[in-house]
Amino acid sequence: MINEIINPNVQLKLERRKGRRASLFERRLVRTAAGQALVMLKPWVMARNPVMFVTEIGAGLTTLALVQNLFQDRSALIYTLMVALILWLTVLFANFAEALAEARGKAQADTLKRTRQKTLARRVVQGIEAQVGSDELRAGDEVLVAAGETIPGDGEVIEGAATVDESAITGESAPVVREAGGDRSGVTGGTRVLSDQIKIRITAGAGESFLDRMIALVEGAVRQKTPNELALTVTLAGLTLAFLIVTGALWPMGRYFGVDLPIPTLIALLVCLIPTTIGALLAAIGLAGMDRAIAANVLAKSGKAVELAGDIDTLLLDKTGTITMGNRQATAYHPVPGVTQERLAEAAMCASFGDQTPEGKSIVRLGEQTLGPRAPGQSLQAKVIAFTAQTRLSGLDLADGRSFRKGASDALCAYILEKGGPVPEATQPLVEAVARQGSTPIVVAEDKTILGVVALADVLKPGIRDRFERLRAMGLRVVMVTGDNPLTAAAIAKQAGVDDYIAEAKPEDKLEYIRREQRAGRLIAMMGDGTNDAPALAQADIGVAMNSGTQAAKEAGNMVDLDSDPTKLIEIIEIGKQLLMTRGALTTFSIANDMAKYFAIIPAMFMLAIPQLAALNIMGLATPQSAILSALIFNAIIIPLLIPIAIKGVKYRPMGAESILRRNLLVYGMGGVIAPFIGIKLIDLALGLTGLS
Amino acid sequence: MSLIFTALIPGLAALLAWPLGRAMTWAMAPGEKAGPWRQGAERLFEKIAGPAGVPMQTWKGYTLSLIFFNAVMFIVGFMLLALQQLLPLNPDGKGPLAPSLIFNTVASFVTNTNLQHYSGEVSMSYLSQLLGLMWLQFVSAATGIAALSALARGLAGSTLLGNFYRDLMRAAFLVLLPLAAVEAVVLVLGGVPMTFQGAAVVKTLEGAVQTIARGPVAAFVAIKQLGTNGGGFFGPNSAHPFENPSFFTNLVECVSILLIPMASVWMFGRIAGRLRHAAVIFAVMGLLLIASLGLAVHFESAPAAALAGLPVQAAGNLEGKELRFGPVAAPVWGTLTTATSNGSTNSMLDSFNPLTGLIALIGMWLNVTFGGVGVGLINMFLFIIVGVFICGMMVGRTPEYLNRKVETREMKFALLALLAHPLLILSGTALFAATAWGAATVHNTGPHGFSEILYEFTSAAANNGSDLAGLGNNTVPWNVATGMVMLLARFVPIIFPLAIAGSLAAKKPAPETVGTLRTDTLLFGVVILGSVVLIGALLFLPAAVLGPIAEQLSVR
Repeated sequence: MINEIINPNVQLKLERRKGRRASLFERRLVRTAAGQALVMLKPWVMARNPVMFVTEIGAGLTTLALVQNLFQDRSALIYTLMVALILWLTVLFANFAEALAEARGKAQADTLKRTRQKTLARRVVQGIEAQVGSDELRAGDEVLVAAGETIPGDGEVIEGAATVDESAITGESAPVVREAGGDRSGVTGGTRVLSDQIKIRITAGAGESFLDRMIALVEGAVRQKTPNELALTVTLAGLTLAFLIVTGALWPMGRYFGVDLPIPTLIALLVCLIPTTIGALLAAIGLAGMDRAIAANVLAKSGKAVELAGDIDTLLLDKTGTITMGNRQATAYHPVPGVTQERLAEAAMCASFGDQTPEGKSIVRLGEQTLGPRAPGQSLQAKVIAFTAQTRLSGLDLADGRSFRKGASDALCAYILEKGGPVPEATQPLVEAVARQGSTPIVVAEDKTILGVVALADVLKPGIRDRFERLRAMGLRVVMVTGDNPLTAAAIAKQAGVDDYIAEAKPEDKLEYIRREQRAGRLIAMMGDGTNDAPALAQADIGVAMNSGTQAAKEAGNMVDLDSDPTKLIEIIEIGKQLLMTRGALTTFSIANDMAKYFAIIPAMFMLAIPQLAALNIMGLATPQSAILSALIFNAIIIPLLIPIAIKGVKYRPMGAESILRRNLLVYGMGGVIAPFIGIKLIDLALGLTGLS
Repeated sequence: MSLIFTALIPGLAALLAWPLGRAMTWAMAPGEKAGPWRQGAERLFEKIAGPAGVPMQTWKGYTLSLIFFNAVMFIVGFMLLALQQLLPLNPDGKGPLAPSLIFNTVASFVTNTNLQHYSGEVSMSYLSQLLGLMWLQFVSAATGIAALSALARGLAGSTLLGNFYRDLMRAAFLVLLPLAAVEAVVLVLGGVPMTFQGAAVVKTLEGAVQTIARGPVAAFVAIKQLGTNGGGFFGPNSAHPFENPSFFTNLVECVSILLIPMASVWMFGRIAGRLRHAAVIFAVMGLLLIASLGLAVHFESAPAAALAGLPVQAAGNLEGKELRFGPVAAPVWGTLTTATSNGSTNSMLDSFNPLTGLIALIGMWLNVTFGGVGVGLINMFLFIIVGVFICGMMVGRTPEYLNRKVETREMKFALLALLAHPLLILSGTALFAATAWGAATVHNTGPHGFSEILYEFTSAAANNGSDLAGLGNNTVPWNVATGMVMLLARFVPIIFPLAIAGSLAAKKPAPETVGTLRTDTLLFGVVILGSVVLIGALLFLPAAVLGPIAEQLSVR
């Protein structure tokens, strides 16, 4: 009975997951990126990035100076050549970083694309069926898909119901039901119908389906700078301008001292000072953020959404499936006086043998745990009494005449009274006590005797409390949304440790709650699947639609979770925060680096005119040329050295802002001041050994 | 002794600044708690200002009014100085001034700089001094206080920043005038003259005839010190015995340099509703000030290089000092005056040891060590915005300042304002150092000469007004260039911060959580200090190396 078929699509997903752990510098990707780095040298491409554009211009000017050296004064030829080479290398490293991050995204996208192969579709126009390619479909077309066929595009079921294998997208091998009307009408192109036939209205034409758009985004085809990225670019441009002023002013100042500062040296200083490190890695950081989201099987409609995730203040989480296990489970026995727990357990088990609902199964499981080897076996001659809406009871009639029933308190008491049995006085208080704890009381009877109550409780997902604790440490509020009554909701909210809850929640309540929080200036994230979630998903700052949800929900949200895993929100927020932290940390590092470069270059520049400045050469660098080259080389190689941090993100820990900032300032601020002193000195020593200086 | 004196001044000023901060809040943002007297004053201001004083203004309206008012003041000041030979209150018959000097002088006083390319007692009539220059000393300082209170209101979340004309009168009549009156009286008691009689002509003991300049000095000196103006009545400024006769008046004048800049921080905190944030800013500024004071006194305790090894070296560097103040009070004043953009002086800055001169330059480069009246904190605000932007990301959120997001627009404005300062200083210095305009006017060669040019532009751009001297700066290029620098350096860093405040105020505030970067903690102090020191160092290190540091290394 166990399904051992290995689904090839599950492998696809695993592959994608593995992509996250794949080595950073995979040979195939590196080769692509290296080629791309050269292509990106085109000035109009570079102009998007002011810092690197200035570097490229500097490299160009130095190359001109090199040509001039060649024909006029050959004394500085080697030095100018070195400067020019390192400058070009700096630009290439920057391009490489971006290209590598892009290539990784493309690699992710390719695995997604394999689900987008062209298929044939049966289009129905005014009742007439015709075969067309899936790439010819337009939004609004209606198609028929029968068992064994692939759904040709994103759409909504308008007729019929079918089981669909969505593992290509979700990796989940169990088929899901998709039917017309209701919240389970959305289908995704590339998934396969397993049984029955459905009629689908296509909602996105070829190449513009949800997934297509997502893939395009991932591939960088539709890449726009996010608001924070833009603000940072402006800041970096401002700093570049500042250092242009500083270096630009040095040449005339040098004239006062009778020094003619060589242009390559000035450009070297400029490039060392402008924030090339962050300028080179900025695009890669943003791409890597999207990439991490995809690795987590989340498709974000824009990079902006990923960035915004870091700002979320409040999380709206559905209780069922997110905070608690999907279904209620039997957790405790409450026998009436005079009945042993064993007897109640046994009767409850017997009453549940025929019950295939998760609740029923959990009663059997609890019985097995409680009774161990003494647990009753399932008798083949027994007659199963199924749950009906009329009786609201279920149970089992054994061949020996014994009968077992279980059900809600009122239904079962009515049944007993009808049979002429007594209802013990203790029953009602037991039922109420169980309800107060947030559990559902199920009353169990054997023949005409009420034996006691089995409590069905929401079982918290393991580790969920710790997870909320971590969220709270980051300053996030967690709000639980549930259809339960306020009493039950309060009990579970307390157990799970959430900050607030919405009980007896209707979709409008969610929307209203979101609006209220937003009025207070908070940013809200939520996850949803149903069509009636769509308004709330659209209103929320981060709305994550489950891929299993309806098309409307998916269109309304700004992210889609392919796994339809409700705890994914937490992961998304962490990705957003990590993205911003990485930007901040590398910017700080980049700027802090400048101190050491000054100490290397300024004394070197003016050593001839003002020999006393040698006292400032605190690193003891060998010669002025070697000092400048060392600083410039450090400035260049720090870019590839930091690519791993840019792509993987800085180490993230759930802590309050204060501790995070202290840590990052120490590592990237102080570290950024100290590291280049060491690095430049080492490079200088190495240059001395090779005799290049 | 030197330690006590050094500590006494910031200590006394800080003590007085706390109640003054309350009083300034009472003056600038009376709110509903205003008593009948205060309400009466408000009605009076509204009457004086007429219809212009009624509407509450957005940042645009406020800034336009500020510019308009200052433009009018510029024109009036220009006319007054240009026609001084025809106007009354000119007992010594001062003649006409060169146009470029008038431009420079008016720009200098309108911008609260008080860079003086002239000697007051030689060139200016009493009317020019009092109605022209002293008047401008009041309104330029009042402009600074008004701008800061507008900024604070914006950061408190109001898109209406107040009414400029009313703010101006509040600052002038309720803050500056009473304080200046009190100080003037104290100074008169301390021996500073206050008279409308012309210069005294006396026969000395030896029988020679001597003309001794005097005039309404006490009133002039009081606002010069309080309003971070710094323009002296006499050429030698507070080194002149009539401006600063004794150790006692020196103490009073030193404390009054710091007083309003310090109190401005508390006023900002109160109006913005962020007193703890203001305390952090105060602490950072205080730390910078104490460090500079300590270093300056230390550097100046060494003898001038030429005297090293001689018996007099035990007295420290006495060159260019008034002996009644000595080698401690001089660098203390020099530091205070450059930290706060005051620019007055009680000694010859040119004679400071090179590194003491560097401390003065650093004070003006950063321009946030309490800084000019009102504008010091506005400058600090720019550093805070940049610091918040970079460090805000490091906590994993898009950056926020006082609950409002800092985005592209704010960063653009902040950087433009922040970059004006180095641009004006470095490009001005570069131009003059490379050409005869500057190179031919320096009195010293080598790094010190370079320092003279650098200092002049720094002083102009910082709206400081102190002079390293040793520079023949009353030339047309100098007058025009520094005049332009002063005007740009004054108004660009006022306009953009107000624009930022307006833009922030229009945003929806986000509630504070443990995930938010807090602005009232020690760590935030470190962030601000780090931003100021790092950005300052990166922008000005090369200039510092070529000037004072090279000089120090070569004279050693």
